[in-house]
Amino acid sequence: MEAKIRQFIVDTFLAGKDDPDFGNDDSLLDTRILDSTGMVELVEFVEDEFGVTVDDSELTPENLDSVMRVAAFVGRKVNAG
Amino acid sequence: MCGIAGIVDRRRAPDIETIKRMTLTLEHRGPDAFGLHVAGPLALGHSRLSIIDLNTGDQPMADPSGRWWICYNGELFNYVELREELSARGHRFHTTSDTEVVLHQLAEHGPGGLAAMNGQWAIALWDAREESLLLARDRFGIRPLHYWRGDGVFVFASEVKALLAHPAVPREPDPEGLLQVFRYWAPLPGRTAFRDVREVKAGHWLHLDAAGLREERWWRMPFCAGSHAVRDAGEATELLRERLRVATRLRLRADVPVGAYVSGGIDSSLLASLIKDENPGMKTFSIRFTDRVFDESSYQELMVRHLGSEHHFVEVGGAEIAAAFPRLVRHAEKPVLRTAPTPLMLLAEKVRQVGLKVVLTGEGADEVLAGYDLFKDAKIRHWWARRPESRLRPLLLGRLYPTSPMLAKAGRSEVLRQYYGQWIADPGDRGFSHRPRWETTAGVLDRYLSPALRALLARVPEWDAGYLDALPADFDGWDPLDRAQLLEAETLLGGYLLSSQGDRPAMAHSVEGRFPYLDPDVVAASCAMDPRLRLPVLHEKAVLKSAARGVLPDAILDRPKQPYMAPDAPSFFGEGAPEWVGELLARDRVARYGLFDPDAVDALRRKMERRRRNLIGFRDNMLAVGILSCQLLLRDFVEGRPEPARAVAAFREALPLGSQPV
Repeated sequence: MEAKIRQFIVDTFLAGKDDPDFGNDDSLLDTRILDSTGMVELVEFVEDEFGVTVDDSELTPENLDSVMRVAAFVGRKVNAG
Repeated sequence: MCGIAGIVDRRRAPDIETIKRMTLTLEHRGPDAFGLHVAGPLALGHSRLSIIDLNTGDQPMADPSGRWWICYNGELFNYVELREELSARGHRFHTTSDTEVVLHQLAEHGPGGLAAMNGQWAIALWDAREESLLLARDRFGIRPLHYWRGDGVFVFASEVKALLAHPAVPREPDPEGLLQVFRYWAPLPGRTAFRDVREVKAGHWLHLDAAGLREERWWRMPFCAGSHAVRDAGEATELLRERLRVATRLRLRADVPVGAYVSGGIDSSLLASLIKDENPGMKTFSIRFTDRVFDESSYQELMVRHLGSEHHFVEVGGAEIAAAFPRLVRHAEKPVLRTAPTPLMLLAEKVRQVGLKVVLTGEGADEVLAGYDLFKDAKIRHWWARRPESRLRPLLLGRLYPTSPMLAKAGRSEVLRQYYGQWIADPGDRGFSHRPRWETTAGVLDRYLSPALRALLARVPEWDAGYLDALPADFDGWDPLDRAQLLEAETLLGGYLLSSQGDRPAMAHSVEGRFPYLDPDVVAASCAMDPRLRLPVLHEKAVLKSAARGVLPDAILDRPKQPYMAPDAPSFFGEGAPEWVGELLARDRVARYGLFDPDAVDALRRKMERRRRNLIGFRDNMLAVGILSCQLLLRDFVEGRPEPARAVAAFREALPLGSQPV
């Protein structure tokens, strides 16, 4: 799952070029990889790809601000569903 | 309105064919007459659009002694008053033109005479006795003026394409100028998209003589540190109403009819209302969009009924924008990050079809009277920065961007805090108000650049500092709103709105825009107002709105503010996309032009083509439109050469006034 999320981020926000300096723990907001629309694109991807629904109240940096956090968040959603 | 061109060559006499060719590249600016003057080291060329003194206002123009020669593009609105003053000092006039007044004003006072001039212009004044040249630009840079300086030769012109018609001027891009567009929306003042080509900065003059070149600022928005003179809301409203009335009336001075753009917003609606009584049978113009998201036609219709004007409009969709965009870039001569200038070029075409040359427009109101969300954004961040740990203060930001899907959804969440939190750390930063805009593409731009351009990103701190350090000495003591308004007027307004989205698209069809909100007395009034009157709490343009109350229909005054935007990147991708897009973004072409990374551009193109639910982020949109316009510039100005519409035309040889054959 981590790999899929990472690939989406690389394709969508990093012009298809993976970057060893970009760690799965790095903040997507602080590094400015995501802009304001980017968060919505990420949520749409997560919903379409993993069949989960993200509630407005779940739009937090804790859930979405790094590859690892997204993966953990989706993992929790899938298990709970 | 007009185009001007000139050569000062101290090594050999300037070539007549060269100055003619330079002038002819400016024919779109002034198709009514071509004038020429070549003597000694000087050559002047002028393409004229006749607006004031249709019979005797031809240029270049010289005083009877033949000492002073002027070539000028623009309007001096208070020429009647200045002419009286100069007459009282013994000056004699041979024409009724404003050009002759500018000539005498500057001959009498030197560049010190600029301060009394109310208008919009790019001026070249040659002193044949001293063999010196004065170039000057209006306060906000409404009219363009570019120059190139080589060894012993100096070339200037309204537009870059005229400079490039001179054989000594290199036809190469300036990578730093191009990159600056992705940060500030335009090259920083003075810079252009072309190597070694400079612009005379807004509010500056240049003096060239055998000793060298001197540049000096003669005007800046008159904000001040400390207390503001106008502190009462009623007084501010009256002051603005009166100044605006005078400014608008002054801008009706012309020997041809004056029309008005009506966008459906407050700014342009108020101007049209102010002139309707003095302008019976007034013609108004507006842009409609086939896409409802951008369209304001219901408000435009409401205003037209209110005005009783003869209304004309163009209806524009993505296909029209994509088709006209290459022509827009040829006129703009710099990259753009949005397509919004393109419909304005199509609107200017309509103005000409209807037979008008002059229109009033509402540009400048948002900068001068505090209309933009950017000012509110900065105000909230300043307030938040005083208590950075606050969880409530950043939530106000969510209210600013109801159209931003993420911020609307995340308005109550921590995402906002995290995203904007990066821009509250240093409230003393001179660029505080503009960081979020300047850094919109910062996280990803490097990936799209060729190695050569990527290396230049290291200069970003120097660019910022170069501009910010040169701000007025007492700038740090100004109110934050005053600081933000100055930055906005000097970067986005001057470099983009008045240029790529102002003079250039209008002049593509020889249409002259006039801007009452940029009148120096209107500006001085606003600068003197307590910032809390201009932007109380988060109510934008509060003084303007109260000045317009009773003049405009309430439905216009109380409508939600809608920024002028056009269908952007989607116009260029997917079904029906024009062929040139694929050609210019092809890997080999991207590699050959050397600005961008072919793989990254290809990835962006694919992302645009598979865009989901029409969702293209602000940043991707800027990148796509910016990259496309850079590629167009390279194709049409570097690989190709901008050619005049015709190779030969009848040029009138100018003579000093009083010596013309009758």
